[in-house]
Amino acid sequence: MIEVKDVHFTYPTGVEALKGVSLSIRNGEFVAIMGQNGAGKTTLVKQFNGLLKPTKGEVLVDGVSTRDISIAQLARKVGFVFQNPDHQLFSETVEEEIAFALRNFGFKENTLKRRVTWALNLLGLTEYRKTSPFMLSGGERKRVALASVLAWNPKVIILDEPTIGQDHRQKEILRQFIVQMNAQGKTVVIVTHDVEFVAECSPRVVLMAQGQIVADGDAKRILTDPDITLRAAIVPPQITQIFLGLTDLGLPTNVIDVSEATKVLLEYLEGGKR
Amino acid sequence: MSVFEGFRFRHVSSPIHNRDPRVKFLYVLVMFIAAVMFNELPVLLVLFLLQIPFVLVAGVQRQWLRSLRGAMFLVTFLFVFNLIFGYISPSTIPGGVSPLEYAFAMALRFLVLVESFSVFFLTTSPDHLSLALEQSRVPYEFTFAFTTAVRFVPVLAEEAQTIMDAQKARGLELEKGNFMKRIRNYIPILIPLIVSAIRRSLELAEAMESRGWGASKKRTNLYVLKMKAGDFMLIVISIILLVSAIYVRYFVPLPTLTMLLPK
Amino acid sequence: MAIIETENLTYTYPGATKPSIRDVSLTIEKGEFVILTGPSGCGKTTLCRCFNGLIPHFYAGQLEGELTVARLKVAERPIYEMAQRVGLVFQNPENQLFALSVEKDVAFGLENIGVPRDEMRKRVDWALQTTGIQELRERAPHELSGGQQQRVAIACVLAMQPDIMVFDEPTSFLDPLGAQKIFEVINELNKKLGVTVILVEHRLDLASKYADHVVIMDEGKIVLNGKPREIFNSEAARLIGVGIPKATRLWQLLQENGIQLEGVPTSSEEAARLLREVLKA
Repeated sequence: MIEVKDVHFTYPTGVEALKGVSLSIRNGEFVAIMGQNGAGKTTLVKQFNGLLKPTKGEVLVDGVSTRDISIAQLARKVGFVFQNPDHQLFSETVEEEIAFALRNFGFKENTLKRRVTWALNLLGLTEYRKTSPFMLSGGERKRVALASVLAWNPKVIILDEPTIGQDHRQKEILRQFIVQMNAQGKTVVIVTHDVEFVAECSPRVVLMAQGQIVADGDAKRILTDPDITLRAAIVPPQITQIFLGLTDLGLPTNVIDVSEATKVLLEYLEGGKR
Repeated sequence: MSVFEGFRFRHVSSPIHNRDPRVKFLYVLVMFIAAVMFNELPVLLVLFLLQIPFVLVAGVQRQWLRSLRGAMFLVTFLFVFNLIFGYISPSTIPGGVSPLEYAFAMALRFLVLVESFSVFFLTTSPDHLSLALEQSRVPYEFTFAFTTAVRFVPVLAEEAQTIMDAQKARGLELEKGNFMKRIRNYIPILIPLIVSAIRRSLELAEAMESRGWGASKKRTNLYVLKMKAGDFMLIVISIILLVSAIYVRYFVPLPTLTMLLPK
Repeated sequence: MAIIETENLTYTYPGATKPSIRDVSLTIEKGEFVILTGPSGCGKTTLCRCFNGLIPHFYAGQLEGELTVARLKVAERPIYEMAQRVGLVFQNPENQLFALSVEKDVAFGLENIGVPRDEMRKRVDWALQTTGIQELRERAPHELSGGQQQRVAIACVLAMQPDIMVFDEPTSFLDPLGAQKIFEVINELNKKLGVTVILVEHRLDLASKYADHVVIMDEGKIVLNGKPREIFNSEAARLIGVGIPKATRLWQLLQENGIQLEGVPTSSEEAARLLREVLKA
């Protein structure tokens, strides 16, 4: 359970990135933090694992203020997968890479070995156990980064812009993976500007603009509201754009998914025939 | 990462900032030579004070004082060192002054050398400097390396911060452990940084090649440094300074405090 | 008139066990706007590097087959000569800008070629104006947003006045609005200045409306090559796993349910227009 209470944050350079943000994330939720580049999304999620501490206001993780415990302690509960896996890979083998955090957290050697094997299996990396992470392709390195975070089984997992540079197939696999993690009870928070990806996942959306939350709720409701999307300077999903162009015909506008769109259009045509 | 703030050079305009860097460098060189020529405290004091009008005209007092503070450690060290050796063997002191005066003089000379360079760098922006390098006979490869390095300092600093964050988020505690452990804690930060720098330089090389690097032996330039009245004035000042220093050194008997003070 | 022609182009990186591109035969006409796409690792980035000579001159390795760009045989010309005919804009905006001011960066290519100062001034001003970034002229690259940096990168390449410009996933690091702006700039270059454009992209919903020629690669080979509508609508495209525009997908689903539209849409405007006709009836 993460609680953000009227948080303000200013960087040492003087840039005010968060201007009074309040929000609650319950255990097991799936949330997408969205908005333009520079809206404050990454600054906000870095408050969840203590990398940044609020200049004003407070962040509570499971009832404890982030100011009162260390980053390492918070990291145990809140896993953070950074956008660029190359910012964390440094070990000689994939195995070592995954074991790194487990060692930091003081896992016993037996448990550690089991966890590493489990994580390798989960992400389909078993054949690369003894390979150097630097020899792997971009997509494989992303999986290693993800495996190294899942290995210690945090309750919350934050993914910062996980879809950048991914092709359609990779995004589909990622989407299914996220759904699976969420189904297993993990709280999943993704930071993204990929509207189409969010339209396919349909999570709770927290939309930010200029350091503040401008909307918080159901993905469908928010992404199909032209006023909100304009304010946050984001582009609605293509399906929604189609329907926004047909409002005069009496069609609904709260459609984000292709299959639903087909259904709605078919029903409309059936209705016309009668 | 406030150290790197200094590299974000703001476009400041002042009679000193606008001077051709090559001319400023000449002035600094003259200062250097003059300082090295003298052991006498009164002269060195004059040389030190001569910098102050430049600092004030350029408006860089605060940064200059900060750099003075930074130099204090070495200055004090030099003072103490020379004082001790002066007392141990006073006969080796040139000019026959007291060890105390000599120690002051040596410390002050160091300060003059350091501070004249400091004024140079405080009043010269990196792009101005790189332009001067380009127009001197320095091979373009070196100028390019210099400019690119300066350009990427803030980028690398930010990346180092991101890498530290990423590893802290995996439970790395930089402050924990004995001395050896603390050094090893930096490996997960250094390796990604170095690998990233190598990848980056590959991308840079691709971009350079794709924009015609090496096409012509005679590179042209978008800007050109033109010497203005102020530059010629500074050259004249530098020459006067150099000539005066040589004259004083060889023809003017200099007072020392030791001589002036009653025995 | 063909401005790029390749025949059975095959390339293997040094130390690799198999070729990254295999038997690539492709013709691109002058003035076309080509989208090159395909799953990760399909060879599109490798192909781009062939067009301006980075392959084989910068990357060594083994290149077989024929490649002619702007009537020059790429394998026989140095990269700096190709650079004046074909410009390449890369994925990461940060690593394409090396100077301390935007102006100086845009002039970089021209300085390399040895263009005289007056001509250089004119071309720099023109490039800044065409990409709409005159007000950024004196700024340092580090102060700019990703979208601004990428526009500077485009200006840098444009200043050299190439006939062809290749863009390798230029919007990867940008948000959708930033990406849209870049596509608009690229489209202007193609439609107003007649620059032949090759755009490597995954974001087909935003980019496909500008293209008149689509090439899809998979595992080093070209598998689909033709007009956007046919390609996106084909079964093969779906099987490879290319993210076709949602508008096209909607068309497919409607067709499966017996609803026929007048044409195959690739953009939301087109889809709305076509649907309107059917729904009003």
